[in-house]
Amino acid sequence: MKLPIYFDYSATTPVDERVAEKMCRCLTLDGVFGNPASRSHPFGWEAEKLADEARQHVAALINADPREIVWTSGATESDNLAIKGVAHFYHKRGKHIITVKTEHKAVLDTCRQLEREGYEVTYLDVESNGLLDLDKFRDALRDDTILASVMHVNNEIGVIQDIAAIGQICRENKVIFHVDGAQSAGKVEIDMQSLPVDLMSFSAHKIYGPKGMGALYVRRKPRVRLEAQMHGGGHERGLRSGTLATHQIVGMGEAFRIAKEEMAAENARLLALRNRLWNGLKDMEEVYVNGDLEQRIAGNLNISFNFVEGESLMMALKDMAVSSGSACTSASLEPSYVLRAIGRPDELAHSSLRFTLGRYTTEEEIDFVISKLREQVKRLRDLSPLWDMYKAGIDLNSVQWAAH
Amino acid sequence: MAYSDKVIDHYENPRNVGQMDDAAKNVGTGMVGAPACGDVMRLQIEVGDDGVIKDAKFKTYGCGSAIASSSLLTEWVKGKTLEEAQQIKNTDIAEELALPPVKVHCSVLAEDAIKAAIEDFSSKQG
Ligand SMILES: Cc1ncc(COP(=O)(O)O)c(C=O)c1O
Repeated sequence: MKLPIYFDYSATTPVDERVAEKMCRCLTLDGVFGNPASRSHPFGWEAEKLADEARQHVAALINADPREIVWTSGATESDNLAIKGVAHFYHKRGKHIITVKTEHKAVLDTCRQLEREGYEVTYLDVESNGLLDLDKFRDALRDDTILASVMHVNNEIGVIQDIAAIGQICRENKVIFHVDGAQSAGKVEIDMQSLPVDLMSFSAHKIYGPKGMGALYVRRKPRVRLEAQMHGGGHERGLRSGTLATHQIVGMGEAFRIAKEEMAAENARLLALRNRLWNGLKDMEEVYVNGDLEQRIAGNLNISFNFVEGESLMMALKDMAVSSGSACTSASLEPSYVLRAIGRPDELAHSSLRFTLGRYTTEEEIDFVISKLREQVKRLRDLSPLWDMYKAGIDLNSVQWAAH
Repeated sequence: MAYSDKVIDHYENPRNVGQMDDAAKNVGTGMVGAPACGDVMRLQIEVGDDGVIKDAKFKTYGCGSAIASSSLLTEWVKGKTLEEAQQIKNTDIAEELALPPVKVHCSVLAEDAIKAAIEDFSSKQG
C-alpha cells in the first residue's frame, strides 16, 4: 500500500491511464495537433473527427444527442453559461431565479452576480437529510420565475436530488431547469431522453478526465436559448467561442466512454468499500453521518466525530488525503455552509470529515483508515475538554461559552 | 496548510495534558472559546503560597495550532509568578510557533486562557 492514501475523489481524480494515453496523441507533430475548425486540410479534419467522437461519448453517457453538447472549460464555466445565458436571454419574461443553499459556489456566486444585475434569487433550504422538499420548491415558483438551478449530487455530502420530480414541476410551470451534474456523471444514471432537464453542467476531472475541461448539455427539443458569455470565432454554434482544445476534449470523451462501460461494476465495488468503512466506524460513540445515507452516491461518506475538531483530525491523518467541513480549512472561519444548511450545529460541522472513494481505492486502504481513525479520535478526545464534559454528563448547550 | 515543526511537535507530543480539581483553592481554571467557533481551551494552574505557578494542565478542542498554543503555554507558565504569566502576549506564542495569519486567533485564545485562569485563581483568594 502506498502512502499517502487519496480519499478526496470528489475534489478531483487522477486522469485514467487510458485517458492520458489518448490525450497524448493529440499534441505533438506526429499526433493529431490540428485545429478542428480548419476546414481546408486533413490536420483539421482529423482533429474534428476526434472531437466529434468525443462528443458522441459524452452524449452517450447521458443518452443525449451529440448536438446538445457544448464544450467548456469545466463545470464552473458551464454553470455560468447556463445561468447567465438563460437569465440574459429571457430577462423580458421575468427576472426571478430559484436555487438551493447547498449548491456549489459556481452556481451561488453566479446567482449573486445576477442579483447585482437586478435579478431576484430565491435560495431554498434543504431538509435535514440534504434533500429538497418538493412542496417548498413548488411554493417558491412565481409568475416571473424563468430559471431553477438544482444540483444533482452534492459535492460535500453526496446526496442525490430527485431531479426528475423537480424537472417535472418546472415543465408544468414553464420554468427552465438547469442541473449541475459535476458530481453525478458516471456515478448516477442520467437519461436525457426521459429527464425533464433543459441544461446540465459536466466536468471531466471528477471522473478521471483532465482538469480545465467540461461540457454543457443544452436541450434541443424543446429548445433552450442562451446568450453566449464568450464571444469570438463562433465555435460551438456561437455559444462558446474559442479554438477547441482537442486533447482535452478527447480526454473528456474517453473518460465518459469508460464511465459508461464501467459505472455499474464500479458503483457496486465502491458501495461495498463505503459500507466497509462505515461498518468499521459506526459503533464508536458520538459519530454521525451527514446527509441521507440511502439517497447518496456510493463513493461518499461524510461523518462528524463529535468533540473532535476536524482540522486537528485531518492533521492526525497525515497519511491520508481527506477534506473537512471545519472552518479551519478555509480562510473564512465559517464552517461548511452545506452542513449548516442541513441543520447541523456548528460544532458538528467543525467536527466533520469527508471521505470520497474512487477507482483506485482498495480494501486495504479502507482498513488502514478505519484503524487510524479509531486510534486518533480516541487520542484527540482524551485531549478534548468537551469530551470530559460530555462524559461528566454536562449538556454543552447549557454552558455559557465565552464567544470570541 | 503546512504546519511548522514546532506546531507538529506540540500536536503530536502535547505537554501537560490533564485536569486538576476545579474546586481546589490553589487551582485557577480558565475556559475560553466556544464549540460553535471550533475551539475551546481549558487551562488550569496550580499556584504555590509564594505566588509561583507550580503546575499547569490543559485540554483543548481545536485545530493543531490551538492545541500547540495551549501546550506551549503550559510549558511557559510553569515556574513563573502570576505577574510574569500575566505578561505573556499572544504575539510571543504566535512567533514561537510560527503561526500563519489565519491561525493567530489560536494564540489570542491561549492568552485569554491564562488571563482567565489567573483571574479565577485570584477570585478564589478573596
Ligand atoms: C457540484 C460542483 N459544481 C461545479 C464544480 C466546478 O467544476 P470545475 O472544477 O470543472 O469548474 C465542482 C467541482 O469543484 C462541483 O463539485
